[in-house]
Formats: sequence, structure tokens, C-alpha cells
Amino acid sequence: MPAAFTRDQVSAIATLAHLELSADELDLYARQLGDVLAAVAELQRLDTSGVPPTAAIAPAGSIERADEPQACLDRATALASAPDPAPEQGFFRVPRVIG
Amino acid sequence: MSGVAVDACREALNRAEAVNPSLNAFNTIAHDRALARAALLDREADRWRDAPLAGVPIAIKDNICTNGLRTTASSRMLASYVPPYDATVVERLEAAGAIIVGKTNCDEFAMGSSNENSAFGPVHNPWDLERVPGGTSGGSAAAVAAGVVPVALGSDTGGSIRQPSAMCGVVGLKPTYGRVSRYGLIAHASSLDQIGPIARRVRDAAVVLRVIAGRDSADATSASEPVPDFPAALTGDIRQTRIGVPRRLLDQGVDDEVSRAFFAALESLRARGAALVDVDLPHARYAIATYYLVATAEASSNLARYDGVRYGLRVPASSLQAMYAKTRASGFGPEVKRRIMLGTYVLSAGYYDAYYLKAQQVRTLILRDYEAAFGAPAAVDAVAMPTSPVPAFKIGERVDDPLQMYLADVFTVSANLAGLPAISVPCGFTTARLPVGLQLTGRRFDESMLLRLADAYERDAAWLTHQPPTIA
Repeated sequence: MPAAFTRDQVSAIATLAHLELSADELDLYARQLGDVLAAVAELQRLDTSGVPPTAAIAPAGSIERADEPQACLDRATALASAPDPAPEQGFFRVPRVIG
Repeated sequence: MSGVAVDACREALNRAEAVNPSLNAFNTIAHDRALARAALLDREADRWRDAPLAGVPIAIKDNICTNGLRTTASSRMLASYVPPYDATVVERLEAAGAIIVGKTNCDEFAMGSSNENSAFGPVHNPWDLERVPGGTSGGSAAAVAAGVVPVALGSDTGGSIRQPSAMCGVVGLKPTYGRVSRYGLIAHASSLDQIGPIARRVRDAAVVLRVIAGRDSADATSASEPVPDFPAALTGDIRQTRIGVPRRLLDQGVDDEVSRAFFAALESLRARGAALVDVDLPHARYAIATYYLVATAEASSNLARYDGVRYGLRVPASSLQAMYAKTRASGFGPEVKRRIMLGTYVLSAGYYDAYYLKAQQVRTLILRDYEAAFGAPAAVDAVAMPTSPVPAFKIGERVDDPLQMYLADVFTVSANLAGLPAISVPCGFTTARLPVGLQLTGRRFDESMLLRLADAYERDAAWLTHQPPTIA
């Protein structure tokens, strides 16, 4: 575990997170992520061998919904909030993906 | 146009418009919508006569979706987002006769401890305008404290209902995880988030909880547990109840005046017949570290949906990848980016076991501490702590130090990690006239016990007669 982050490491995390960061932000987060991770390092002192992880405090058992058709958003409503909708074709338009 | 509902609604709207320039508690005041709804209730007065919230004006935190009413999560990302559906809690409140008068300011995507992370500016504390109202439901707490509405909804991921309630001198209840549907709540950390009431009086919180609680087929984590008659639990009789006090946890880091008010409140509960019992929560000191790993991991995943495609902000770019990255860079504020970065890192290959898995294991230990306190021999009905270790701090004082900011949640996050209900009730003031909150954490689905204890305390305390200087 790195105690401090380099700009390149922060930049790699930002790429995973789909965030474009400025040079100032890279420096800021390099420092702050290091600080936060140093603070949470106290957890490593605890012996948790054999302790099961808790992912959620959900109701016991799996829950199924009756398999019945229900009303849902119609296409026009679903597209109405989109920044670049193509209502005629029923699409969300995005920048070109392939070549 | 007049009538009982319209008059009450107009009064709330006038008050909201009068205080908002100084408090910034509302992102949206739903003037026309609220009055139209109130007029409908007055016209159909017979039909609504027995509705539990007939004509009650209510404010909703701006991360809870309202059909046709802008819902921003206080983010640039959703600054002009108008949801095409209602959250289940909103549907239930309106079916009970409540009238939504506005959407309250909060920390962006409910991330923060002071309401300073809002894209629309900080909320100011009605008790001292230079101070924070707490966060993240700061607008809801300030609106209730300033007398705009008797009750508001907040959401609580690590203390976001209770901590601002304490700092604004009002009552705030985070229900048991699963008690209230999260459908339509803009997700922050899905295993921790719960919606709950913020009110001036314990009884009002009980009435609203009864309305919004219960199974919802749209939220698979909502519980089928029967919903009790919460207001009926307010008997004033707390003899035979046992309140656990984790003294070792309170030894350091608690402001002296907060500590004094807290222990005085415990004495008051004892005088009414409750027994005070020492309990130990040995892992509670690890709750903040655990919380900031679990919550940021979940947040980084939940906030992946803001990609500029289906709704919200888009910053145009020539490629899809660049559009995502520029949209998110422009739409999210500094704290949200910081948490997305941290969460992305702790979930990334090579670090998952050391951070996220470890945090989930410590989460189990924190949960077991509470189970031990609720079981024999301590067998307590509730665990008492100050809600916040400090009273409201000055705006700007902690913004540059995320770690210091996170410590404001030291006593609240463990209830979220353990999925337990917890209430904050006003328990006095510092010499600078800043409110202090008493927090009680209970057994799963035993909100009735917390409400009974808080109400019993409220009956003996005179804090309700105090009003913030901005509205006196």
C-alpha cells in the first residue's frame, strides 16, 4: 500500500473513474488520498481472521416480485430528460464510438 | 382562495420565502404546486378528514425524487433535472395529505458533514448565521428549526439526519435499514442510506415515520416487518428501560459543554425511571475508518451512472470517453470527486482485500458490539451518545481538512454500519446558545423504544420553548 500517491497513480485512478482532473486536482488528491488512507490504516491493526464480511444489512432470504407486467416509463418520458435525445428513432445520442 | 390547508400552506411558503435569503435552506420553493395541492385538499375536505397529515406542509431533501419538481441533489450534475416519477416516500406522504412546499438544500449527493458541499452554496444555521447547520440534510434541519415547516424529510448515510438535527436543535430519526423504502432516493451508499423525518417534536416524527414506513415492492431491501403505531408508543413511561452508556468511547474528543448537556440529559432520563448501564463498544472507534471505506466504495459505483447520456449535465466532446470524463469533471464538486477517487481506488485490483474487504469485516465487529450490548447481561434497550462531539462550527472552518470534517460523524456512522435505528433529540445549549443533541441507538426495528425515550425526555426538558434568534 503506498503511503503517498504520485501524480501518475492519481491519474490512473481518475481514468478508471472517468474523471478528467486538472494538474492542481491531481496534486490535491495525491495528498488527500494519502492522508485518508493513512488514517484508515488503523484497521490493519485489528485481527479479523475468520470474521465474515458484512456487505449489507438486508432482510433475510431472497425476495421475488410477482411476475406480472406493470406500467413503466414510456419512451418519450424516458428520453425527455436526455441531453441529446433522438426521439424519432427512440435513441439516446452519444458521440461517435467507432472510427 | 382560502381554507385550512391553503392558509397553512401560504404561511409556510411566506415563511420559506422570508427566511431563505439568510438561510439558503431551499433549492426550490414549490409555490404554485403547493398552493394548487392545498386548494385541492380544501375542496375535498371530507375525503381528507381522517388523513394523518391532511394539509401539513412538509419540506423534502433535494435528493429525493419528486415527479415534475426539480430534484438536484445539490449538484451541478442534476441542476435542471426534473424527475418523471415520485419516490415512494413522497407518494405516501401525499396520499396521507401532506403538502410539499419545497426541496431543501443539502451537501452534494449527500456527501459531507456541514452542508458546505452544495453546488448552490452553504446553508446557514438559524441559531448563528455564521455557522454550519450540519450536514448533509442541513436545509431540512434549518427549515424545521426556523419554523417554516413542522417536519421535513432527510436522508442519513452516516449521520446526515441526526447530526444536522442536533446542530439545529430539532429532532431527527434515522430508521432501521429497510424500514423505509429507498425507491426514488438518489443513491449515495446503498447499504447505508435511509430516509427519515426531521421534526420539531418527537410526536411529529413518529406520525411521519408511520406514514412512510413499510414494505415497498420497488425496493428489494425494504422490510416486510409490520409497521407499529409509533405515536401510540409515546406513553411517557420509561420505567424498566435500560440505557447503555459507552463511557470509554466518550472519554476524548467531546466538547466539554456537549458532554455536560449529554450527561444532564441522562440524569433526566434516570429521574423518569430509566436505568443507566455501562456498556463497551470496543470497535466503535474504528467506525469512521470503516465508514469512509464502505461508503466511498459504494458511492463510486452508484455515481458511475452520471455519464451525460440519459439525464443530467453533458459537456460535449469528440469521443464518448472524453464526453464522460469532461461531463463528470464539470458536474461533480471537489468532495464528490474525492470520494469517487477513494472508492475507485479501494475497489481496484490489488487493494480490494486490504481496504474494502477489511472494512466489511470490521463492520461485522461493530455490529457484534451492539448485539452484545442489546443482549444479556447488559440487555440495554438503547445506547446513548452525544449526536455530534462538537456544536455547530463556523462556515469555512473545516473545508480544507477532510479528515477533520469526517470526525463530526464519529458517533453517528456506526448506526448506519450496523443498520440500527437512531434518534437525535435536543438536549440543551452551549453558553454561546448553540444546540446540543442526545443520540439514542436502538435494536433493529425498535424505533418505538427510541421515540418513547425521546418523547419522555422532551416532556421534561424545556428546550422546545427556545427559538432561534433569526425567527424570534
